[in-house]
Amino acid sequence: MRFEQLQARAKKAWQEVVSPQIPLIRMGMATCGRAAGGQELLQAFQEELAKNKIQAQFSEVGCLGLCYAEPMAEIILPGRPGVLFAKLTPAKMKKIGEDYLVHGKIVGDSALAVMGPARNGTPAFTDLPMVKGQQRTALRNCGIIDPTNLDHYLAHDGYVGLKRALSLSPDEVIAEVKTSGLRGRGGAGFPTGQKWEFCRKATGTPKYLICNADEGDPGAFMDRSVLESDPHSVLEGMALAAYAIGAEHGYIYCRAEYPLALERLDLAIRQATEHNLLGDNILGSGFNLHLKIKMGAGAFVCGEETALMASIEGRRGMPRTRPPFPANQGLFGKPTTINNVETLANLPPILAKGGAWYAGFGTEKSKGTKTFALAGKVDRTGLIEVPMGITLKEIVFDIGGGSPIGKKIKAVQTGGPSGGCIPAELFDLPVDYERLAAVGSIMGSGGMVVLDENTCMVDVARYFLEFTKNESCGKCAPCRLGTRQMHEILTDICAGRGRPGDIELLEEIGAAVRKGSLCALGGTAPNPVLTTIQHYRHEYEQHIQDQRCFAGVCKALITYSINAETCNGCRVCATNCPQQAISGEKKKPHVIDTALCIKCGICYEMCKFDAVVRQ
Amino acid sequence: MSKKAKKDPFASRGRKARPSQMRPKVDPSLRALLEKYPAERSNLIPLLQVVQDQHGWLTEDSMAAIAEYLHVPSSIVYGVATFYAQFYMTPQGKHRVKVCQGTACHVRGSQAIMDQLSSKLGIPPGGTTSDLLFSLERVACFGSCALAPVMVLDGKVHGRVTIKKAEKIVEGVK
Repeated sequence: MRFEQLQARAKKAWQEVVSPQIPLIRMGMATCGRAAGGQELLQAFQEELAKNKIQAQFSEVGCLGLCYAEPMAEIILPGRPGVLFAKLTPAKMKKIGEDYLVHGKIVGDSALAVMGPARNGTPAFTDLPMVKGQQRTALRNCGIIDPTNLDHYLAHDGYVGLKRALSLSPDEVIAEVKTSGLRGRGGAGFPTGQKWEFCRKATGTPKYLICNADEGDPGAFMDRSVLESDPHSVLEGMALAAYAIGAEHGYIYCRAEYPLALERLDLAIRQATEHNLLGDNILGSGFNLHLKIKMGAGAFVCGEETALMASIEGRRGMPRTRPPFPANQGLFGKPTTINNVETLANLPPILAKGGAWYAGFGTEKSKGTKTFALAGKVDRTGLIEVPMGITLKEIVFDIGGGSPIGKKIKAVQTGGPSGGCIPAELFDLPVDYERLAAVGSIMGSGGMVVLDENTCMVDVARYFLEFTKNESCGKCAPCRLGTRQMHEILTDICAGRGRPGDIELLEEIGAAVRKGSLCALGGTAPNPVLTTIQHYRHEYEQHIQDQRCFAGVCKALITYSINAETCNGCRVCATNCPQQAISGEKKKPHVIDTALCIKCGICYEMCKFDAVVRQ
Repeated sequence: MSKKAKKDPFASRGRKARPSQMRPKVDPSLRALLEKYPAERSNLIPLLQVVQDQHGWLTEDSMAAIAEYLHVPSSIVYGVATFYAQFYMTPQGKHRVKVCQGTACHVRGSQAIMDQLSSKLGIPPGGTTSDLLFSLERVACFGSCALAPVMVLDGKVHGRVTIKKAEKIVEGVK
């Protein structure tokens, strides 16, 4: 089939989604939708409709990014724009079935948004506070299309960028990407066009292209979402990159913790190959590309490019010194380019609409848009894509909605274990590569975890060091020993065994690890410690000198007790205490036996009268 | 693609295993499984993955069989298998409980969930109950951070978990 015929077929298929003959129900079924119970809900709803003989068709979509509102369903009635219903429960779904499917009525505020202009008090999707400030490029199709349907992708300008690129020379494609100013979205921010040029000019065949989908940063899920919701955009991006550097073989290195992403990728590769969008002689251009999926085996360090290549070669995933850079000697010793999932997903629109269009977003040195995984103690958690240069305040408060329970936001943690904590006082900071680095953090792959006043910064630093200590591959001493030492000191501080001079010692070791480590894992491992010391030194001092953890996190430094004046003896705490450490008669104040108490905090959370005191 | 792969350093020595090192008794079903993949070094991790998939964990014999199949020393196979967190060298429980320890889960109290499950099942994280019914594991991040804290039981992801909910989920399979 010719490309134009494919497009015509796709347009028709998409038309059936936008204006269906019978009601169409589209459920968000990426991992987050499933974790929120989407599958069970869908099944129950299907049975309910069948029982009442209501005709409807169902399809799955990916992640719209409004994870806080999962499970979500979009219902499209014939001749009307779709309506998005959120935070569904079986009862709510049943009610909506009656009200909206049968009678076409939106009752009360049951609907979240209309996928079109606002109607009868239900806001337009694009006006939702979480969506308003966004500019979706890499995520353009996520949650909109059915990821298992190639036609849906084609109907949204899919493979148009590739078609255009194949009519240009590889050097012209590189020039277009250079114009766009796109920088690597995996974290380091190296200019993509330049990276390609190095590989293109390198001697040696074959050349390899690798898609780094080993998204290991805890707190980051942008790549998972793109792979699950729009796998073809990554494949098209890979085809573009491979054409530019002159590679005919590509690998996708995806972590095993993402089974759904692996499944969707596998299907997408088969579909694309079947339709001559991958494989031999792509779209009649004479360009060949064969892709292979490599499943990771659980090693964070394999996100580092040289370790990743070692892992594909079947070795222990240990980094090596650079140079030689992968562009000259990479996989199997051949010239190799490694691009991150999000970088690749940005490429199709850049080639379709031109580099200048993309460069129209962002700041002087950081062009375009960036996805962030917004999580932690923020109201609207989810996946967002914003133009570079937006302030942290806009992200955390306008888009994220601040704290869900009215607590004071203390900081955001960006860049995972390689990044740092940025205090709320600096929230006017525009987000770009250089400015985040200036305050000791990094852009990273896009994890953004919001921390509130009940988060202990020493504990956060300890948490990250525990992670890097466990994930250090052990090849170089500064990282292997340094992360262990720092973790031990931090554990001591959290356990109330901190000693004077510990802070200075942490700074000294941190500086050494930063300087002396072989790869970026070690080189950036001290960042969480050093930035928390820089911005929250007083918390460290409180832990060491006063033996207090005011955030109420470090168990050794807190005690629980019951305020006899506010306790009304409802017995909720006593029945829920796993240690039976709480005693007292009904309707009389209770007491906690501190010898039995394991400080799990259940009573503190359960008490509706704030009678449990944490000190 | 495979033909262009870098030559394997161990195969090139042309050494044959001494009779004492030969393991003629490779389980035929295992042998059949291995032979689905070309005998190349770059297939070492995929082979370990399929073998573990089939048997639940990696026995010394199965690793030796892979070594023999790929013509690499057993030490190499063992070295790779122990490097990656996903490979198990001991039998695993019938039900696998994984508690996410990602950043978002951590600040939303995943440690307390882990502690509670650990005391309830009577095993430390990474342990397996003596009746081989449950294994408890910590996982760095499932990427479902927006629904933190998250736990996974036998491949099913559960979001917004509380201590009580976690107990219920585990009790549900008992």
